[in-house]
Amino acid sequence: MTPPAKTSANPIPIKERMKVPRQHMLEQEPLVRATNFKEVNLGYSEELARAEARRCLECAKPTCIDSCPVNVKVPEFVELIVKGDFLGAAAKIREDNVLPAITGRVCPQEDHCEGKCLMAKKVEPLGIGYLERFVADYEQRHLDISNLPKAPRTGKKVAIVGSGPSGLTAAGDLVQKGHEVHVFEALHEIGGVLVYGIPEFRLPKGIIRQQVDYMRAMGVEFETDVVVGRTVTIDELMEQEGYDAVFIGTGAGLPQFMGIPGEHLNGVYSANEFLTRINLMHAYEFPKYDEPMVDFRGKNVAVIGGGNTALDAIRSALRLGAGHAFILYRRSEAEMPARIEEVKHAKQEGIEFQVLAAPLEFLDDGKGWLAGARCQKMALGEPDASGRRRPVPIPGSEYEIPLAVAVIAIGTSANPIVQSTTPGLNTNKRNYIEADPTTQRTSRKGVFAGGDIVTGSATVILAMGAGRRAAKSIHEYLTTPGTW
Amino acid sequence: MFKIQHAEFLAPGIKRFVIEAPRIARKQKPGQFVILRLYEQGERIPITIEHSDPERGTIRIVVQSAGKTTNLLNSLNSGDSILDVVGPLGKPSHIEKFGTVVVMGGGVGTAMAYPTAAALKRAGNRVISIVGARNKELVILERELRETSDALMITTDDGTYADKGFVTDKLRQLIENGTRIDLVLAIGPIPMMRAVAEMTRKEHIRTIVSLNPIMIDGTGMCGGCRVLIDGKSEFACVDGPEFDAHRVDFAVLVQRNSMYRTAEQQSMELFQHECRAQKQAQVAGQENDLAVTGGKK
Repeated sequence: MTPPAKTSANPIPIKERMKVPRQHMLEQEPLVRATNFKEVNLGYSEELARAEARRCLECAKPTCIDSCPVNVKVPEFVELIVKGDFLGAAAKIREDNVLPAITGRVCPQEDHCEGKCLMAKKVEPLGIGYLERFVADYEQRHLDISNLPKAPRTGKKVAIVGSGPSGLTAAGDLVQKGHEVHVFEALHEIGGVLVYGIPEFRLPKGIIRQQVDYMRAMGVEFETDVVVGRTVTIDELMEQEGYDAVFIGTGAGLPQFMGIPGEHLNGVYSANEFLTRINLMHAYEFPKYDEPMVDFRGKNVAVIGGGNTALDAIRSALRLGAGHAFILYRRSEAEMPARIEEVKHAKQEGIEFQVLAAPLEFLDDGKGWLAGARCQKMALGEPDASGRRRPVPIPGSEYEIPLAVAVIAIGTSANPIVQSTTPGLNTNKRNYIEADPTTQRTSRKGVFAGGDIVTGSATVILAMGAGRRAAKSIHEYLTTPGTW
Repeated sequence: MFKIQHAEFLAPGIKRFVIEAPRIARKQKPGQFVILRLYEQGERIPITIEHSDPERGTIRIVVQSAGKTTNLLNSLNSGDSILDVVGPLGKPSHIEKFGTVVVMGGGVGTAMAYPTAAALKRAGNRVISIVGARNKELVILERELRETSDALMITTDDGTYADKGFVTDKLRQLIENGTRIDLVLAIGPIPMMRAVAEMTRKEHIRTIVSLNPIMIDGTGMCGGCRVLIDGKSEFACVDGPEFDAHRVDFAVLVQRNSMYRTAEQQSMELFQHECRAQKQAQVAGQENDLAVTGGKK
């Protein structure tokens, strides 16, 4: 038996650590949570967190850091958990990630840190996401944020357009460098897709508010109800309002429809609208909140798509009382881009997965409401550009299903508002903003962009990575003359 | 928070507000709208900007009481505030010298048509305005429209003011008289816009309508405001709100606007119930005050 490294605070010998099973996080019971919008995961206790942290193999060359888009120093924060220094662990994460309570909940860890964890080759990987969530929540309960240290002011002003994950990350990093940071948000709440897109049961709104409060305490200023491009343009911000640099993080934007007959019927929603009604507008609390939603109780509801958004939508439909809630996905489960945990949770809750099928037409009940869908079965062909096997229609396989509500969650395209009102800002063929992948610089001097408005729909953590790179590059631009 | 600087009823149930919104006032162009939210649990509703004053940093809107939110809004007065006002949204009206333009306003749609009528007049067009209302009391912006129009015609459904009939009757007269019309702009209730579209389609007169579908964010993000234009989905918030009337599927617009009727009625009934309860409480409170002071005033 190899003795643990002398510097380790971990009492468990390294070879024994793989034998310790991953500590499971308490969850609401599937049948209970399927009827409410409260968070599914209930968090680790201090004891469970330390037990999980002690599983870390303390690799000499850790692969978890490089696989993280914002390069969180995983082994260091995990070691602080082992020592019981939870606030120290939170501070360590915050050096690289200003939204730990959010990424701890919604990051697809299997694609990043946990997927690359050495243990994952043989047993379940270290629960890095769970641990991050634990320390972030601990920090929220125990850290007094009224007197956060502030960096000396540089006198430079930065405007952040959009308060989603990339904008918040850039704002947090830049304010820590002493720049004056002002975030503009089009909606009435701060958080972008975190607020309108991700449901309460996966990411409670209170958590986002806490993270935003933390950023306010750091000195970031927020202004809601400003649609940059309409209310004020990028040029006006720089020429009239004195901003030295602008970061555009406006997100993916316009929902895509399928272009099949019947999409205008009552009861057919885009995922963005459906989720916005529920998350931003609290339609599930009607009539306490004014925003209405069609009656889902006992109805057949299908969500078309296989990403996280599709799963968020169908699980929301279930919580609104849907009698039969299912995913309609044109490829097989292996190709679904959703997080593994969300698929698992959805199945536990009773969501049905109809894979290798796609709707051809939405059917009218004769009064303008959705009555059903005519679908077609698919087989998997050769891989396409995304590397996933392409769905190929099976001739003669058409069938009809009765449906009261259909939600289309097949992706988004670029929102044109900023691009069309900012002369000289280059875009690609699909109208996404062109930005350098390392510096996030656009074709306009002093203007940077990142997140979904550059890459198209991706994940929270990838957008945060872009925000982080942009902040670094903006800081260099602002402090080193002649660097553009 | 956006402060209401001034509020006045233009007609029963129709109120005009002057709201402090300097950023919006600087940018607004005719045809654009704002989205309002009144309080934390409130919905977001789109309302066309009637006028803006960049110097004073104010915008003006005209609101007709219809459902809960508009009734609540119309209960506000100068000094009160609106929680959220965002805009200016939508594409501005296309303004150029067309020649002779007929601007038609039905009900509160008159207030939405007015800024575009004024801009068309400034662009050198001959502007003929036709305004319709249910009755005399509901005729609004007569003075303003008279100032910006070469001719103004008014109709009331019941004949209590000006000519009895509908705005389409006046349009038909113009067409039958051989008036050369280069463009029609019609803003009002859907049946009115649809009737105008049918009439001008036959005459091949280019016609623009401003659509008001159910909307949430107003920036193109949700797609709830999609309308069928030549059989294709377009978003009223970013592709509109103005569209070529001859390409609009009005039946689908009516159908989609009816989607939440039951819920809207429920909201309205609860709101009216609360209002009554509040009034009763106030009356009871006053009676208590009287009791305390021994009935002396």
